[in-house]
Amino acid sequence: MELLINMVLLTLLAAITIGIIRVRNLFAVVVLAGAYSFLMASVMMVLDAVDVAMTEAAVGAGISTVLALGALHLTKTEEAAPRYSAILPLFVAVGTGAMLIYGTWGLPGFGLADTPMNTGVGLDYLNRNMAETGIPNVVTAVLASYRGFDTLGEVAVIFTAGIGVLLLLKRFQREG
Amino acid sequence: MRLDTILRVVSKLFIPFIFIFGLYVQLHGDFGPGGGFQAGVILAAGVILYAIIYGLNAAERAVPRALVEFLVPLGVLIFAGVGLWGIASGGNYLEYNKLIHGDAIHGQHWGVFLVEIGVLVTVASTMIAIFYAFAGRGRP
Repeated sequence: MELLINMVLLTLLAAITIGIIRVRNLFAVVVLAGAYSFLMASVMMVLDAVDVAMTEAAVGAGISTVLALGALHLTKTEEAAPRYSAILPLFVAVGTGAMLIYGTWGLPGFGLADTPMNTGVGLDYLNRNMAETGIPNVVTAVLASYRGFDTLGEVAVIFTAGIGVLLLLKRFQREG
Repeated sequence: MRLDTILRVVSKLFIPFIFIFGLYVQLHGDFGPGGGFQAGVILAAGVILYAIIYGLNAAERAVPRALVEFLVPLGVLIFAGVGLWGIASGGNYLEYNKLIHGDAIHGQHWGVFLVEIGVLVTVASTMIAIFYAFAGRGRP
């Protein structure tokens, strides 16, 4: 059953990707990208990564779509015809894709218990978490407590990105 | 007759539930999926939906631009302040164990709770501020 769900989701992902490449109307591209994010969130759900799925649905399908539509509001909705031939980009993309697929052969099987990521620090967090922090959701405990300094850095990155965008856009703002 | 009556009524019904869900994701992050980042984006999405349906001016009356831009650095300061509180209570930076008179579990809960509030404030306000900046540009 899980295999069937995965196959349907991945087929739809591939179909949407081809659609995004083929369609020249940018409004349709933005909507398709939102659908892509929702499908990706569903894939994360199947992989039991609920926190990542929630983030993907909220950021990828929600905020990104709104911001892309906001940018689209300021420009034309039809993509300009490409001025160069697509041979070299196609070669780069196919080459990168082939390397990534080759790389997946070296990965351990999905969900195996004796892989480095499940026996090393991950297992350590699972064993120590309840006694040390008392927080049942290990993801939250790792993000906010064990790796609190990393998360502070992430918040600082969001802060910096927000300030940068505001400074850039405010220069052109008409006072209303 | 306005053509977007259905959109207006449905979004007015939905927006309170979006905010409640955002708070649930925030405060239930210790037990289920979620946390400050996801909750911040959900709260921002509620405000952005309001702005899309009812217009930017109405949204800025409800959530003023100055308030949003004040909250962007405030979240980072809350987070960094919890770190300093850790030092003040005799631990390391961002160490929660000693926050509440050496009660480690209690301290962890308070530390994580406050830190997630900081994440929520910065993420939500940054998203809303970027949206305001984008949406305000095309305005005559």
